[in-house]
Amino acid sequence: MKALALFVVVITGAMLIYAGQDLPAFGDINSPSYQAPMTQYFINNSLEESGVPNIVTALLANYRGYDTLGETAVIFTAGMAVILLLRRRET
Amino acid sequence: MSGIQESVIIRTVVRIMVPFIQLFALYVIMHGASGPGGGFQGGVIFGAAIILYAMIFGISEGKKKISDSFDRILASTGLTIYAATGLACIIFGGMFLQYSAVPLLPDTALVSKYLIDLVEIGIGITVLAVMISLFFDISPPESEAGEVEE
Repeated sequence: MKALALFVVVITGAMLIYAGQDLPAFGDINSPSYQAPMTQYFINNSLEESGVPNIVTALLANYRGYDTLGETAVIFTAGMAVILLLRRRET
Repeated sequence: MSGIQESVIIRTVVRIMVPFIQLFALYVIMHGASGPGGGFQGGVIFGAAIILYAMIFGISEGKKKISDSFDRILASTGLTIYAATGLACIIFGGMFLQYSAVPLLPDTALVSKYLIDLVEIGIGITVLAVMISLFFDISPPESEAGEVEE
């Protein structure tokens, strides 16, 4: 069983490494994600529109603010669920 | 008390390190607008500082710093800050979370920057409170609190 698990891990890792060869290089200006129109829009306009120099934060909190509110609600709900299920009450 | 909690070195180092970890967490939260960082990361670092303190000095000592009821209040306060920021934008005539609608300053980009900081603080408060409550809830009962598990 252990040998099978090791075999699966090695095969999966080899496949991932093989697929990783096709990824664009770090900072490659010709990569599809950099050439996408939305990327160019955010690079050009996010500072004026959101006021923050960090494009990641501008996307997270401004353009996708509603999504981030949902993420925070998910974390809050998970915490409340753990409190409900696992908290020991003084009896 | 297990071995790790009796060590004077560890207790002293933790006592000295915890305020600096908390300060770094606040830096990460406040620096989220202009560099790497943000509410999620900073909240986790702040929660880790409290968890480190509770691991070394015991769960009951940790709960003296942030009690269960205070923790619950914190968790809901952070989410409320975020949602209230969005609702304030509606009140001032914009869309939900349209920060530039709030007439706080003449420069709308600056208003957006400060409201993003406020939102990051809200995220950080919720995340740190949930982190701490997770640790306290899955920690063993007080009678064997010396055996703090990972």
